[in-house]
Amino acid sequence: MVENIQKPIFKIQNLSAFYGAKEVLRKININILSNSVTAIIGPSGCGKSTFVRSLNRINDLILNFRVQGKIFYHNKNIYDKDVDVVELRRKVGMVFQKPNPFPKSIYENIAYGLKIHNFIKKEMIDEIVEKSLKKAALWDEVKDNLKQNALSLSGGQQQRLCIARALAIEPEVILLDEPCSAIDPISTAKIEELIYELKKNYTIIIVTHNMQQAARVSDYTAFFLSGELIEFGKTEEVFKAPKDRRTEDYITGRFG
Amino acid sequence: MSRKIFSRRLDKIFKILGISFMVFSLLVLLVLLIDVFLDGKSRLTWGFLTSFPSRKPQQAGILSAWVGSVWIMITTAIFALPLGIGAGIYLEEYARKNRLTKFIEINIANLAGVPSIIYGLLGLGLFVRYLNLDRSVLAGGLTLALLVLPIIILSTQQALRAIPFSIREASYAVGATKWQTVRHQLLPAALGNIMTGVILAMSRAIGETAPLITIGALTYIAFLPQSPIIFLKNFPFVRFSLKGMFDPFTVLPIQIFNWVSRPQKGFFTNAAAGIIVLLCLTLIMNISAILLRHHYQGKIRW
Ligand SMILES: Nc1ncnc2c1ncn2[C@@H]1O[C@H](COP(=O)(O)OP(=O)(O)OP(=O)(O)O)[C@@H](O)[C@H]1O
Ligand SMILES: [Mg+2]
Repeated sequence: MVENIQKPIFKIQNLSAFYGAKEVLRKININILSNSVTAIIGPSGCGKSTFVRSLNRINDLILNFRVQGKIFYHNKNIYDKDVDVVELRRKVGMVFQKPNPFPKSIYENIAYGLKIHNFIKKEMIDEIVEKSLKKAALWDEVKDNLKQNALSLSGGQQQRLCIARALAIEPEVILLDEPCSAIDPISTAKIEELIYELKKNYTIIIVTHNMQQAARVSDYTAFFLSGELIEFGKTEEVFKAPKDRRTEDYITGRFG
Repeated sequence: MSRKIFSRRLDKIFKILGISFMVFSLLVLLVLLIDVFLDGKSRLTWGFLTSFPSRKPQQAGILSAWVGSVWIMITTAIFALPLGIGAGIYLEEYARKNRLTKFIEINIANLAGVPSIIYGLLGLGLFVRYLNLDRSVLAGGLTLALLVLPIIILSTQQALRAIPFSIREASYAVGATKWQTVRHQLLPAALGNIMTGVILAMSRAIGETAPLITIGALTYIAFLPQSPIIFLKNFPFVRFSLKGMFDPFTVLPIQIFNWVSRPQKGFFTNAAAGIIVLLCLTLIMNISAILLRHHYQGKIRW
């Protein structure tokens, strides 16, 4: 596969996932390298969300969800019994497909993740709130009404707030499930810039339906099709010279 | 064409029918209210609220009845709120969704529909006799707590269920534990609906007569349960005491019932005045439920 210059942070071996009896991921094998951006592409319903939602075990919340296989995070299988899920989720942050701010103030949305874990001084929280909002390109729009209810923001603003919320707790990995689907081109550009910036300190996995975006921001690209990993490689190679016919069809738009 | 005209006419007929039904039922209610008010208004005085019952209708008041009602409400709330809300949270957020949970939930829903006198019999057997609480405020409050418990559990569950799943995901995704999610996200978001349910349950409890008569609440009481706050001459000047919980009591509906069953005309007037007081209490509780709901709905919309 890909030569490992950086070391893999996630090693995924034979991952299959089921909702009830329905298998939606089949024997996925993939290594995610640290401090890189990996794009997940594929048609709707192919299991992209399910894949990223397995990486921080947020899908544990879904009643009849089940996985087989192993996901090593820093060489520890996250589905082992002795894994502290709370700790895992702080290390592997997530931004969801639909914006889901808490029905609280903008400030509280970001401060929440900080408050529940450590005793941090108020000034520190203020500082982190500001820093996170700036990173997510939202600060200028909301700096005067941090007390405002987050639900009164527009969809795009809400999504950037969710990005800020994920950044505030300083995870190692950030899972972005179509973060730009509700955002205008200008904010999208800002987010892409942010991803480029974040790559220095974070590992990023981004699900996207936008081929240009995948090509622009990612180092590696994985193409999923009906629950299988069809192709995985350096983004340039996947886009310029795909090995699989189906990848080519999808990228060039000849495919669903 | 004619079919269109026909269905439009049907629409109109239905509308008129609906409006007349509504007006009719409102009128009946209004007539009842006015009738009660006219009957009772001559006794609606300060003295009526501050006097004990008496053999002479002119001197009889509802002091022991309304104080008893307040005592019972407080006792009921002390037991029913934490138990009901706690059980609701457990069933909705913690319990595994298996057959047993389902079975328990169905039973709770059924309990909400059990006639209140059955709770009275349970209270008589369990609290009055077995636990030897006698005909005390505590026995009455516990009995009514049992009565409203299913309602509070159900409304807590419904309030939690109304919160989008994505809020839970958001909370867990920043590394919150289950308890932190419940405590900081779900409870605040559900509080408006939970409180509305609680107040409606309590306003049902305040009108209940049968279970309290069953456990043997008295109809003639010329003293009050000991006050929970006692003022002292010396430091620390106040003392709190729950001894009143073990005193006998009566409540508004029982007092009213007692007066209605007497032959003298004066007691009839007293009963009407008592009903007005009870109605006002219920009305106040319902209005605060509506205001609460309004207040929280203004703040939270998904
Ligand atoms: N909670 C669930 N219960 C049952 N089936 C589900 C559930 N969530 C997803 N699925 C099914 O799993 C499959 C993969 O869904 P998933 O959400 O991972 O797709 P996706 O690639 O993210 O699609 P999209 O691009 O539309 O977001 C789909 O067939 C979907 O119907
Ligand atoms: Mg998806």
